[in-house]
Amino acid sequence: MSETVHRPYPGWNVLEKWDSPSFNDATREVLRKRLQEVPARRFFTAGEWPAVEALCDTVLPQDDRADPVPLANWIDATLHEGRGNGTRRADMPAPPEAWRLGLAALDAEARARGAADFALLGADARAALLRDVDAGRLRADWQGLPARRFLRNLVMAEVVAIYYSHPAGQSEIGFGGPASPRGYVRLQPGRADPWEAPPGAWEDTP
Amino acid sequence: MTIPDRPGPRAVDGRAPDVFSRDGSVAMRQFPDREEVDFAIVGAGCGGGVLAAKLAEAGFSVVAFDAGPFWRPLSDFASDEREQEKLYWLDPRISGGDDPLEFGQNNSGRAVGGSSVHFQMVALRFRPDWFAARSRLGYAVDWPVDWRTMWRYYDEVERACAISGPANYPWGPKRRYPYRAHEVNAAGQVLARGAEAMGVPWAPTPLATVSAPRGKSPPCVYRGMCKIGCSTNAKQSVLITYIPRALDAGAEIRDSAMVGRIETENGRATGVEYHRDGQWRFQRARNVVCAGYSIETPRLLLNSANGAHPHGLANSSGTVGRYLMAHLNDAVWGVMDEEIRWYKGPPSMACCEHWNYTDDKDFDGGYSFMSQGPLPTDFARTLVTNEGVFGHDLRRQMTLYNRMAGLKMVGETMPQASNRVTLAEERDDFGLPRARVAFSHCDNDRRMQRHARDFMGRMLKAAGGRDLLETGATAHLMGGCRMGDDPETSVTDSDGRTWDIPNLWICDGSLMPTAGGVNPSMTIMANAARIADRIGALAAQHEPERAHG
Repeated sequence: MSETVHRPYPGWNVLEKWDSPSFNDATREVLRKRLQEVPARRFFTAGEWPAVEALCDTVLPQDDRADPVPLANWIDATLHEGRGNGTRRADMPAPPEAWRLGLAALDAEARARGAADFALLGADARAALLRDVDAGRLRADWQGLPARRFLRNLVMAEVVAIYYSHPAGQSEIGFGGPASPRGYVRLQPGRADPWEAPPGAWEDTP
Repeated sequence: MTIPDRPGPRAVDGRAPDVFSRDGSVAMRQFPDREEVDFAIVGAGCGGGVLAAKLAEAGFSVVAFDAGPFWRPLSDFASDEREQEKLYWLDPRISGGDDPLEFGQNNSGRAVGGSSVHFQMVALRFRPDWFAARSRLGYAVDWPVDWRTMWRYYDEVERACAISGPANYPWGPKRRYPYRAHEVNAAGQVLARGAEAMGVPWAPTPLATVSAPRGKSPPCVYRGMCKIGCSTNAKQSVLITYIPRALDAGAEIRDSAMVGRIETENGRATGVEYHRDGQWRFQRARNVVCAGYSIETPRLLLNSANGAHPHGLANSSGTVGRYLMAHLNDAVWGVMDEEIRWYKGPPSMACCEHWNYTDDKDFDGGYSFMSQGPLPTDFARTLVTNEGVFGHDLRRQMTLYNRMAGLKMVGETMPQASNRVTLAEERDDFGLPRARVAFSHCDNDRRMQRHARDFMGRMLKAAGGRDLLETGATAHLMGGCRMGDDPETSVTDSDGRTWDIPNLWICDGSLMPTAGGVNPSMTIMANAARIADRIGALAAQHEPERAHG
C-alpha cells in the first residue's frame, strides 16, 4: 500500500547548506555520524527485529522514500546505550523491559487477530491494530504494561524524535534546518530568507 | 547505564573553560578538599550560579559543584535537537500520582549554568500581590519576603542578564529593561492580532537574549534553537553571565561533580561528599548550600539522613520534598492561512499576562501565555503523545509545520503537601536512591486549565487560526523546600537558612512557596541575589549562628 503525502516543499534539502554559514563544525560532525554511521542491531534480538521494523514502518511509513531513515537502528542504539529521557512513570518498567514486553504484546495482539505475528500483518492491519491498542481495545495480555503509554510515549515519541531530527524529515516539512552561526533575518509572516525553503506549494485547503 | 557524549571534568589544574572561546580557558582558583571553604554550593544554575558569584565578590571562599559538564557553547552546541539532549537531566526520576510530571527537557538541566542553558529566556516578574497571595488574594500562602524587596532584585538580575524588553510593559509596576525589545516574529504577531481582537493587551516578551551587542555576546541572530542551547552566546544564561563573574571573583566551579550526601556533626553541616572523575571525595565547608532545584535539593537532603536527622536534613517539619509545583503548560494550536515559519527567532516573542492581573475569574492564581515556536521533534512529540496520531496522518499533519501557530499557557498550580519528592528504592549509577515524585492536580488547577484553553482557543481563532488542536503538558518546577515564617510549615527562613541546621542553606526554585503564573527563572535569580546580600549582611553583623527559637 502506498499512500501519497502532499509535499509542499519538493526539492528542499537542508543538507545543501552543508558548506554554508548555517552549519557549524559541531553540527556537521553530528550529522555526518547520523548519515554515515548507522549503528547495527545490538539490543533487539534477531527474532524481535522484524516486529521493530514493522512497528516503525506503521508509525512512520516511508514507502515513498528510496532511502528510508533507519528508525529501528536508532531506537536499538538508544536502548543499547541506555539513554533515558529523565522520566520513568511509576507504572512502567525501564525502557529495555518495556520494549520487550510491548513487542511481545503486539505479537500476541496479532495472533488474537488470526495472524502469525505483528510483522506478518499487512500495513492496513498493522495500523488498525495500533489504533485498537491506542483506544484500549486489547485482546491480549500486556502483563501490566500500560499499552497506550507504551505506544505513544515510548514508541511514537522516539520514532518522531529520530525522523524529524533527520535531514530527510526536516526537509520534508520545510524546516530551515541547522542554523549556526547564521540564523535568520526575515521574521515576518510569509517571508523567507534566501537560505530557507522557498514558499510552499500548498493545496487550496490544507 | 552510560550517558553518551558527556565530557568529564573540564575545570581542572587551575583553569576553567572560557565560555566565550571555542577551546580556551581562564584562570580559576581551586581549593583542596581538606580546606574548610566558606561555602560549598551544590548546583550552579539560576540559584547557585548567582549565589556563587555574589558571595565570591563579597570575599567569601566558594566552591560551586555541578553534576553536569562545563560547556563551551561556541564549539560544543550543534543545531540538532537529538544531540542537544545532552543539556538535560536524563537520569530517570520515578514519576507517579494522578498527573505524573515529565522531567528531562521539560524542566531539568544538567550543566554548569543549569536550566538557563536550555531555557527559552522568557524573563517575567511575579505580580507583586503574589508575594502575599494569602493575605491579599486569599489563596495558598504568603512569601516571607516583601514584594518591594524582590522588585529591587529583579532590577539587579535583569541588568545582569541585559534583558531585552519593551519600553512600556503593560502589566504591573513600571520596570525598565536594559535592552530594547526584539522585533516580534510572525508567530508572535499571531498572538498580537488575537489579543487586539479580544480586547486584551499584549507585549513583546522580555527576553534574556541581547538585541544589541554586549561585551563578548553578539546580538541574537534568531536561529530559534534556544531550547537546545544557544551556540552564539547571545542568550544571557547563567553560564555566560554569573559563572564568569564567579570565576573572576575567585570562586571554584567544580563541574561534572555529583554531590551525594551532606555530612553533619553536632548539629552542623561539615561538608559534602561528591563523586568526580571516578571517585568519591569529601569537601569540608563552613556552610553548605543546596541549589539543585526542586527535585535534586529535596533528594539530597533526604538522602543525607543520619542518626541525628533520621528523616533527612532540615526536615523536622516533614516539609522537605513537599509543596512541589509545576506550571500548567496547556496549549492551543491552529493552522494559519500564510506561512509563519515559527522556527525563526526565540520561541515566545509575544506574551499576554492579562489573566495574571485580572481577578474576575473562576480560579485562584494566574496564568500567562505566549506565542510558540517548537522545533520539529518537539512539536511532533506533542502531537503523538497528546493525539496518538501516526502513519500518513502524522506525516501530513507535520507538513503543516510552517503554517502552524500556537498559544501556550504558564499557569500557576496550587501548592499541595501531597505533591512531593521522596526517595525510591531503586538506585542510580552513583548508588544514590532515585527521586520518586508524586503529582496530582487539584480542582483549582483544572478550572484554570479549562479557562485558559477556552480563552486561548477563542483568541487563536480570532487571529485566523483553523483546525484548532488542544494539548496538555506541564513545565518548570517550583517548591519542594519552601521558605516561610514558621518552622513548623517550612524548611527555611526568609534568608534560605534551614530552620534545623544553622549553616545549611537552600538557594534555588525549591524555596518558592507559590508558583506564580510566569516562567520562574528571573524569580529564582532575584531571590538568589537577595539571599546573597542577606548572607553578607549576617556575616557583617557577626551573626554566624542565628538564635533558634
